[in-house]
Amino acid sequence: MSAPTTSPAPGSVGAQVDGAAARTKKDRPLVRRVVMAAALPVILILAWWLLSAGSTNPFFPSLATIVASFPATWGEGRLMTDLVPSVVRLVLGYLLALVVGIALGMAIGSSRRLRLLAEPPLEFFRAIPAPVMVPVLMLFFGIYDTMKIIVIATGCLWPILLNTVEGVRGVDSLLLDTARVYRLRPSTRLFGVLLRGASPQIAAGARQALSIGIILMVISEMFAANNGLGFSIVQFQRSFAIPEMWTGIIVLGLLGVALSLVFRFVEHRVLAWYNGLRRATRGGN
Amino acid sequence: MTSTTLSERDSAAVAAESRARRRRALEAPVLGVAGVLLVTLLVELVPRLGIVDARFLPPASTIFGALFGVLGDASFWGALGNTLITWFIGLSVAMVLGVGLGMLIGSFPTVREFTSSTIEFLRPIPSVALIPLVVLLLGTQRPSTLVLVIYAAFWQVLVQVLYGVADVDPVARDTARSYHFRFFSEGYWVVWPTALPYVVTGFRLAATVALILTLTGELIIGTPGLGQQIAVAQSSGAVPLMYALIVVAGILGVLVNVVARFIEAKALFWHPSIRKEGTL
Repeated sequence: MSAPTTSPAPGSVGAQVDGAAARTKKDRPLVRRVVMAAALPVILILAWWLLSAGSTNPFFPSLATIVASFPATWGEGRLMTDLVPSVVRLVLGYLLALVVGIALGMAIGSSRRLRLLAEPPLEFFRAIPAPVMVPVLMLFFGIYDTMKIIVIATGCLWPILLNTVEGVRGVDSLLLDTARVYRLRPSTRLFGVLLRGASPQIAAGARQALSIGIILMVISEMFAANNGLGFSIVQFQRSFAIPEMWTGIIVLGLLGVALSLVFRFVEHRVLAWYNGLRRATRGGN
Repeated sequence: MTSTTLSERDSAAVAAESRARRRRALEAPVLGVAGVLLVTLLVELVPRLGIVDARFLPPASTIFGALFGVLGDASFWGALGNTLITWFIGLSVAMVLGVGLGMLIGSFPTVREFTSSTIEFLRPIPSVALIPLVVLLLGTQRPSTLVLVIYAAFWQVLVQVLYGVADVDPVARDTARSYHFRFFSEGYWVVWPTALPYVVTGFRLAATVALILTLTGELIIGTPGLGQQIAVAQSSGAVPLMYALIVVAGILGVLVNVVARFIEAKALFWHPSIRKEGTL
């Protein structure tokens, strides 16, 4: 669609909004974009800082106190003893779910019979809210790293698996037949056509799985653990170390944000061909 | 005559084809039921044959026995009711906040640009990070879990609504502006129909997330509900009961999905994505 021509719009409010909508993001100067992106976060942090300054409420210490307790809480090795084990377990569980989910999903998605057989039970397992599986997996795997990795993997598995099945189903059958007619090697057909074609849908599942994985990482550590982020913040809470607990919440929040940025970066890389294709077929800019 | 034989052959072919189609239509439910039975049989046999310790995974018959036992238990129904109430309140509040704020923020490009970095930052913060805070502030009753549920479900709705409002056809918007639509009529006649499919998607995602966080809160914080019963069953070593309650949680999850899809079809009966499914 071409941008609306700059005809004088009737209402003053309408004119302003129209003008902003007509310009595309690219036209805007970089400075303005940076200011717009940074303004609200800066305002919010300043507001938090000012409103909480001199706070006497024990549960809401001043931001200054929280920041001051950061180095003592996380500087002396806690990053290594708590953050790193949490992240390692999350990554291992998540990768396990990715491998198993995509492999199973491709098998189930390729066969109609198998899909019809497997879909109802899978829908049921997917519908079980993942956290309630923690007590079950504790029975099998105890309370150590294995349990936590399996908890994360089983929770992340379902969205990845079901989205892979859907993605494989959605691959253009003409494309598959063409690949067969041209006698592409089975491995090329599998990875180059089927997996590639399903990958946008798989990415959607993987994104869902990541947020579930973070929740499960924290919960599995709150149940039973001797290290980890979830363990630390519950420990701080129970010992009424309130500023330290706040630092834990902030670290957990930052971890969530960092992981979603990493995911978006990887997704952008892996799906570059798909985004390009969509832009091309839409004929837009 | 050749024409009759042709038509006879045609009708024979049509009959064969319809038979094949009927068989195919039957195949789905038959295989589906077979799949469920197969899994149940597996859960029955694996512990009976000693492949897995029956103390960890009781046979399916034992689990179903425990399930039927618990169905006559008033405290079970109370817990189920509590879970549903928490889920419903949390989801409703998240929907109202998400749709309201989303329509408002999305309607002004400047506001949207102004808030987008903050939204992108706050959204991936895992709601379970708030557990220690809400326990300190609100104790171990329903409000604690509600905060988690609302926080988690709100972002699902808000982000979808923002996508939906951004998707409005510029020509339709400009037409409405040219005809001097008022702000609210434009919202109602132009923005809302475009955003509705996104709102419904947000609702479906939020319904699932809300159930997960409801059970998480009950399990970890110990607010009354199904999750708390599971924690109690686990700590008292009542393994079959624990499995029975998890089966109930799974059924609840399936029902939430079914209901969400039903509402989606009802709300979007006019939308091409639903209409196409109907005619096929």
